[in-house]
Amino acid sequence: MRKVYASAAQALEGLVKDGMVIMSGGFGLCGIPEALVDALRDTGAKGLTAISNNAGVDGIGLGRLLETRQIKKMISSYVGENKLFAQLYLGGELELEFNPQGTMAERIRAGGAGIPGFYTKVGAGTLVAEGKPTREFNGETYIMETGLVADIALVHAWKGDTEGNLVYRKTARNFNPMMATAGKVTIVEVEHLVEPGEIDPDHIHTPGIFVQRIVHVPNGPKRIEQRTTRTRI
Amino acid sequence: MAWTREQMAARASKELRDGFYVNLGIGIPTLVSNFIPEGMSVQLQSENGMLGMGPFPYDDEVDPDLINAGKQTVTELPTTSYFSSADSFGMIRGGHIDLSILGAMQVAQNGDLANWMIPGKMVKGMGGAMDLVAGVKRVVVLMEHEAKGESKLLKACNLPLTGARVVDLVITDLGVFTVDKKGGTGLTLIELADGVTLAEIAAKTDAEYRVALAA
Repeated sequence: MRKVYASAAQALEGLVKDGMVIMSGGFGLCGIPEALVDALRDTGAKGLTAISNNAGVDGIGLGRLLETRQIKKMISSYVGENKLFAQLYLGGELELEFNPQGTMAERIRAGGAGIPGFYTKVGAGTLVAEGKPTREFNGETYIMETGLVADIALVHAWKGDTEGNLVYRKTARNFNPMMATAGKVTIVEVEHLVEPGEIDPDHIHTPGIFVQRIVHVPNGPKRIEQRTTRTRI
Repeated sequence: MAWTREQMAARASKELRDGFYVNLGIGIPTLVSNFIPEGMSVQLQSENGMLGMGPFPYDDEVDPDLINAGKQTVTELPTTSYFSSADSFGMIRGGHIDLSILGAMQVAQNGDLANWMIPGKMVKGMGGAMDLVAGVKRVVVLMEHEAKGESKLLKACNLPLTGARVVDLVITDLGVFTVDKKGGTGLTLIELADGVTLAEIAAKTDAEYRVALAA
């Protein structure tokens, strides 16, 4: 099976429908599948539910799909860098489900691993617990959370081979490996595309079985939200 | 005279122990990394997927793929490891992190913590804060004693909670309080900031507390 597609637009072809659930990797703007998100915007699909730790920033990443009102609902842990998001949400134009960041990561991991639900103490006694079943373990209250899956998962990796074996780089890994496992179809943009055998099998982070489509995006933009440096003395 | 932000961070650094794995929140807690005692081994965890976080980079070392949970550029150390968000929060939720130092909007005398939401106003999200306070072995809050003239140390929080009965120690610009989150002795004032009087704390604190200052 050929997994490599010539462009981000072609990698999405035949998959995108109004009202579908998408996952999009990254933490802030670090490790986001920016080319695939832009291609998703260009399909014009509407009423999307987007599962992503953040909502990009104004004008970048998922922020672009907010501008075009293509997202109906977001499942996120932190959206503080996006003014349009706050405006749409407070104006009732956008549904929002906040998840504690680790709960969200685990829900995606569970979804990809065939686990429909699990118990966690995170959020017990807070708004997050409202409406969720609880259970006592060793005298402590735990709340039930459900696994998450998506119609398509958009992932960013540093290096991938044509079989879909992936390696992430530094903190650009974040949510990408779990999302790769939780998409019914997982589409990856890689900075470096190599032939099978060029990545040491011991160093592969995501095995190719989780990846259906790959697009090579060399020299894509890498953005920094908070450039913090020190001075040489 | 109350403590400055740096003095608050320096006081918080006294909670560090050799060999600790520590998560520092955004804001004043981040400053604690400047006060790790010489010779003490402390590994900083960043919940976006890094253990062994180094200082800010020099200008020619900046790497967009290497950021902390506050989205600031950082550097790696010889001890550094990288991992996914699921592994990162497995570390946090599983009780493998020794200490979390984080900011707060409100702390109640029973150890309840609120720091993520003002209904109808602030729509940012809890990020990893709920996971940290639920999972980390010891939770230290570092915050200003008051906000706009209102006490942040309360009988009960009126903002939505980040965690119920989770705080172990509160360090403000005016002093240090221990919290017995299992009930028992409740809130206890154990230290005064330089030049701060018991009367000033009493006037600026809504919560009920005992006084047991170290000699």
